[in-house]
Amino acid sequence: MIKIEGLFKSFNHHKVLNGISLYIEEGETKAVIGRSGCGKSLLLKHIIGLLKPDQGCIFIEDKDITKLNEEEMKPIRMKMAMVFQGGALFDSLNVAENVGFVLRQHYHLNEGDILQEVRQALKLVDLEGAEELIPAQLSGGMKKRVAIARAICMKPKIILYDEPTTGVDPITADSINNLIRRLHDQLKVTSIVVTHDMKSAYKVADRIAMLYKGRIIKEGTPLEIQNTEDPVVFQFINGLSYGPMHGVVE
Amino acid sequence: MNIILFGNLKKHFNDFLYFLGGLTLLTLETFSLLFRPPFKKDDVLRQAEKMGYKSLPIVSLVSFFIGVILALQTAVQMQRLGSEMYIASIVALSVVRELGPVITALIVAGRSGAAITAEIGSMVVTEQVDALRSMAVNPVKYLVVPRFLALSIMLPLLTIYANLIGILGGYLICVYRLFISSTMYINITWEALKLKDIFSGLSKSVFFGMIIALVSCLEAFRVEGGAEGVGKATRSAVVASFILILAADCLFTAIFYFIFP
Repeated sequence: MIKIEGLFKSFNHHKVLNGISLYIEEGETKAVIGRSGCGKSLLLKHIIGLLKPDQGCIFIEDKDITKLNEEEMKPIRMKMAMVFQGGALFDSLNVAENVGFVLRQHYHLNEGDILQEVRQALKLVDLEGAEELIPAQLSGGMKKRVAIARAICMKPKIILYDEPTTGVDPITADSINNLIRRLHDQLKVTSIVVTHDMKSAYKVADRIAMLYKGRIIKEGTPLEIQNTEDPVVFQFINGLSYGPMHGVVE
Repeated sequence: MNIILFGNLKKHFNDFLYFLGGLTLLTLETFSLLFRPPFKKDDVLRQAEKMGYKSLPIVSLVSFFIGVILALQTAVQMQRLGSEMYIASIVALSVVRELGPVITALIVAGRSGAAITAEIGSMVVTEQVDALRSMAVNPVKYLVVPRFLALSIMLPLLTIYANLIGILGGYLICVYRLFISSTMYINITWEALKLKDIFSGLSKSVFFGMIIALVSCLEAFRVEGGAEGVGKATRSAVVASFILILAADCLFTAIFYFIFP
């Protein structure tokens, strides 16, 4: 479904992505783990075509999106949705308008049908009745759930999650993890979850890939990752300050 | 010292070229998207209300003062020559041809242009613009086009209003301070103004509106970093708008001077 081959990206001569290759099967949830600043979010922005790589290819349903312009990317983006780290909800719109935004922009639906779709999406994320609230009135966890509802409203085949549990309390984080898992089971979407929250990665992912120094250094099922003997992965998943990653700035 | 100076000059020149290139590309893209569906009339009306209707109080205040100041300043000179009656035509021509369009554009650049940069700049910083793109929505179509249309339509309307208020300011001074008859003031104003004076002022204001919208949006899209970046971009947008409005005014005045003397 998604194939990434030898992806390179540098900023000011600093190589952030250094030849990443990754394959995500249809219907699979893959977690990409790694330290803050290692390029996880950057990888997602490449997958949805917000950034162009210096080198390498990204195939989505056998189409290399790195060769497409903004106009050609539109049909691909209509099949994908991204849940941004801070939610990226539109401040000037209320929850219902945020969730139904794509429907208003791309489909000729009447207001009644849009409202029904919005309510359905909000029900899936347990936020019924929040339609009239504005983003400034929402907590961090609610913002993330509204962002997920907005993503669901697009009826995407692929959902990209950027740090879905960062900055929320453990109980909200667990409910977001359950939500991601439920969406995977109910809607059969292919998902990529970028996170450094290992509890979240173990719970939502079918497979986990570790990004370090701009490359995928290890990939496996949650069980394989938990039992790894790789010292870098071991240090990261156990949150140890001393180890091979000590003093490495990504 | 010379190397540092040369280095700074080179950097400023490069920044200027980068700005000019960005402005040209944004202008071309905006015009190409102007006539492409979907047309969101409500977005344009919302922006027109925010940037036009809500600017009325400040435009009223400033243009009234301009009319009053202009009348008082010319009164001193005209009284010496015993030609107070010409104050009306001087106020009318200065306001309609020059001060009305330029002052209104500068007010709107400071008020609405800064607001555009701050709003869209914050959207860039909080990834809302990326979110638009990820949802297959063109940010130029969604954010720039409504503001561009709203300002291009509202600035000439605001200018007509500013002209009337400016002339009213001059009228009050002449009638109640210099004791020129009301009918005479209105007649002289009416006779002094020709269609080309009104046309030249209003046509300039359409371009000033376009300049404010494009420069403010461009600076917003170029925001880097957080709140500091938004502040810096807002400042740059206002300064660049002021300079470009005055440069465009100079150009238009020269064109009208030579073509319609």
